[in-house]
Amino acid sequence: MIAFLTAVLASGVRTGTSVLFATLGELFTERAGVLNLGVEGMMLMGAMTGFGVTWLTGNPWLGILAAMVVGGMMALLHAFVALVLRAEQVVSGLALTFLGSGLSAVLGSPLVEVRQVDRIPTWPVPFLSQIPVLGPILFDHNFLVYIGFLLVPLCWFWIYRTRQGLELRAIGENPAAADVQGIKVMRQRILYVAFGGVLAGLGGATLSLALTPTWVEGLISGQGWVAVGLVIFAGWDPIRAMFGSYLFGALRRLPIDLQNFARFRANPSIGYFTGMLPYLFTIVALLTVSIGDIGRRWGAPAALGRAYVREDRDA
Amino acid sequence: MVEMRGISKRFPGVLANDRVDLDVAAGSIHALLGENGAGKSTLMHILSGLYRPDSGTMKVEDRTVSFASPLDAIRAGVGMVHQHFMLVETQTVAENVVLGDRRLGFRMDPSAIRDTVAGLGRESGLDIDPDALIWQLSVGERQRVEIVKMLHRGARLLILDEPTAVLTPQEADTLFDRMRGMARAGRTLLFISHKLNEVMELAETVTVMRQGRVVDTVPKAQVSHRELVRMMVGSPVLFDVTVPPVQQGRKLLSLRSLRVENDRGHTAVDNLSLDLHQREILGVAGVAGNGQRELAEAITGLRKLQAGTIELDGFDVTGSNQRRMIDLGISWVPQDRQHTGTAPNLSIQENFDLKHYRSARRGPFLDRAGQSRRAAALLAKYRVAAAGRHQPVRLLSGGNLQKVILARELSTELRVLVAESPTRGLDVGAIQNVHELLMEQRSRGVAILLLSEDLQEVLSLSDRVAVIHSGRIMGILPRARAEADTIGMLMAGVVPEDMAT
Repeated sequence: MIAFLTAVLASGVRTGTSVLFATLGELFTERAGVLNLGVEGMMLMGAMTGFGVTWLTGNPWLGILAAMVVGGMMALLHAFVALVLRAEQVVSGLALTFLGSGLSAVLGSPLVEVRQVDRIPTWPVPFLSQIPVLGPILFDHNFLVYIGFLLVPLCWFWIYRTRQGLELRAIGENPAAADVQGIKVMRQRILYVAFGGVLAGLGGATLSLALTPTWVEGLISGQGWVAVGLVIFAGWDPIRAMFGSYLFGALRRLPIDLQNFARFRANPSIGYFTGMLPYLFTIVALLTVSIGDIGRRWGAPAALGRAYVREDRDA
Repeated sequence: MVEMRGISKRFPGVLANDRVDLDVAAGSIHALLGENGAGKSTLMHILSGLYRPDSGTMKVEDRTVSFASPLDAIRAGVGMVHQHFMLVETQTVAENVVLGDRRLGFRMDPSAIRDTVAGLGRESGLDIDPDALIWQLSVGERQRVEIVKMLHRGARLLILDEPTAVLTPQEADTLFDRMRGMARAGRTLLFISHKLNEVMELAETVTVMRQGRVVDTVPKAQVSHRELVRMMVGSPVLFDVTVPPVQQGRKLLSLRSLRVENDRGHTAVDNLSLDLHQREILGVAGVAGNGQRELAEAITGLRKLQAGTIELDGFDVTGSNQRRMIDLGISWVPQDRQHTGTAPNLSIQENFDLKHYRSARRGPFLDRAGQSRRAAALLAKYRVAAAGRHQPVRLLSGGNLQKVILARELSTELRVLVAESPTRGLDVGAIQNVHELLMEQRSRGVAILLLSEDLQEVLSLSDRVAVIHSGRIMGILPRARAEADTIGMLMAGVVPEDMAT
């Protein structure tokens, strides 16, 4: 049993890493008061670009870099439409998702035939990976998983312990208050939206270069939406976002891991049910915070989704 | 300290500041007095870098400045405490105070900023708890945070926008003490107010604004209450309205001890009682935001009463919804014509039908032919200048839009009309038109409650004038005794000596 749980948790950490990156990216975006529902599209483009560039250059790290650049550029498109032109953020984000899924399918169609590219290498941490239970769960992974480990406390530190983090929280809560204190609200929002896209691109490439590693149309299969739900589930907190992502990873892997048990092999429809759980969870998370004041108490940035215009008179 | 010359600022449809000059002496307490909409806040937003003026020049401490953002103003030593506090509710007091301060390093040490902010609070006599979260604080405490915030950024000129509007009298007294202390310590204070009492109590110099212009700047020692009122409200030129003599009828609407809350859950109408008779126009004068909107919405059934009763023609109708109030003959001309009064993208005819749909129908369907006939008739009767009944109302001028609303509201069987600032922003001809329509309804026996900020309008039309201040009726005067001075003082919350008895 312990061996089984260890395996589930280890694969949860590994599988959850791609969602973790996307979740952290959306977390920053929303902390700045901007809703970007284009995560799915940005992840798809990241996955396709990362895979393609790796195939062309033979270097998976270049693929990762390219995926991050593409993700950031897609997010900038959202920033331009939703912040500069002040279009509806929900619609712009959805459009980005459709753009990403369409574009990645078209541009990535030659890549579907590619069977093998270099993947991000796995590196068992010396000694630590030998620890029973904890070793396999935490210290026997590819490099991207470790980057995720490092990124979470960094994000936490940035948000809660730096001047920039204070400003970030302010522009998401009350942009007018930040503005009169001399903070450049628009500029910061655009930068955080772009950063969110960079991380979403990284999350996509994690999937296509470390987890599967392959490219097919619609590879992300809804994980971008899970990231959007996880940001809410995590109450806009990076530490909770990490646990949420790994939990999602474990849930997602569960159908495969359960194959080891005879009872589940005999009843394959349970696999469909467990496969549904992450998405059910996303719906419940969204529903919960949408009800009344729960969202506010849960920590939703007060200005989330609202454009800020200085000379808008409320008269 | 400050020298503003020829400042103008135009917003769509309004000239908020019209060639304004303002001089503020260093180390003084200067009041900017005027009614709502006089352009005081706009001027201060320009001085604090939030708005850019269309024209004019500014000097702060003898240096010509041009503020592109609040940051520029802060750097020049100008800090503003806004009427609606600019605080991040989920953050602590200390975090709010240091927000935007570039002197902070990359890493923020919570205990260091806590000590800085606590020290600053002690120094300035503004007692604040740096660890408290803003949402836990009372408005008085929040205001102290705002002031400390500006002091932290090194503000030498502190602008306060209606600082006492949200305070209890005790809190206001404390604030005044602190303001005097800051002035003694060499800071310059500039505060916006429409309350005469506090201006007289606190200010050394008073600048009065009216309709976007500066009327005068005077040392407080050389001016009386009454003179200030006169400057604020202007010399009322009464509108040319014929008020036909009518016999007042029986009591139609009776409001008893109403208490109504505003959207934020604060008491907006407080223990208010009024009687309204047939063939009577009861004018309610008051500075905007003193409970007029909440009162109107309570009568029309849109807002819940916290206490009190409403009687219509002897029947208790307390707690009726708006549909029942309409059926009972209560019509409403809301102040916000574009959004509350009409649906901007719908046609004139459709806007009529918003209210008439139940009478103009054929079975479950709308009676299109009947509606068209009615719309055409109303357009002709009320002489609405429009391209036709299918024109979207957003394309209408203010005057014609108001005609559409009046046509709709007056074409039902009405007994009571609640009219909120019915001529606000209209040109002279349109105003005349609205006034005539109101008079016609009065002659027909309708009881009219006229809520208006426009003192001239209230004085010209009303049979009786009630003055509202902070949700309470300060006094009711018959037409013959209603003088602009007296009413102006009541509007400012001051009961004149000759009325005190």
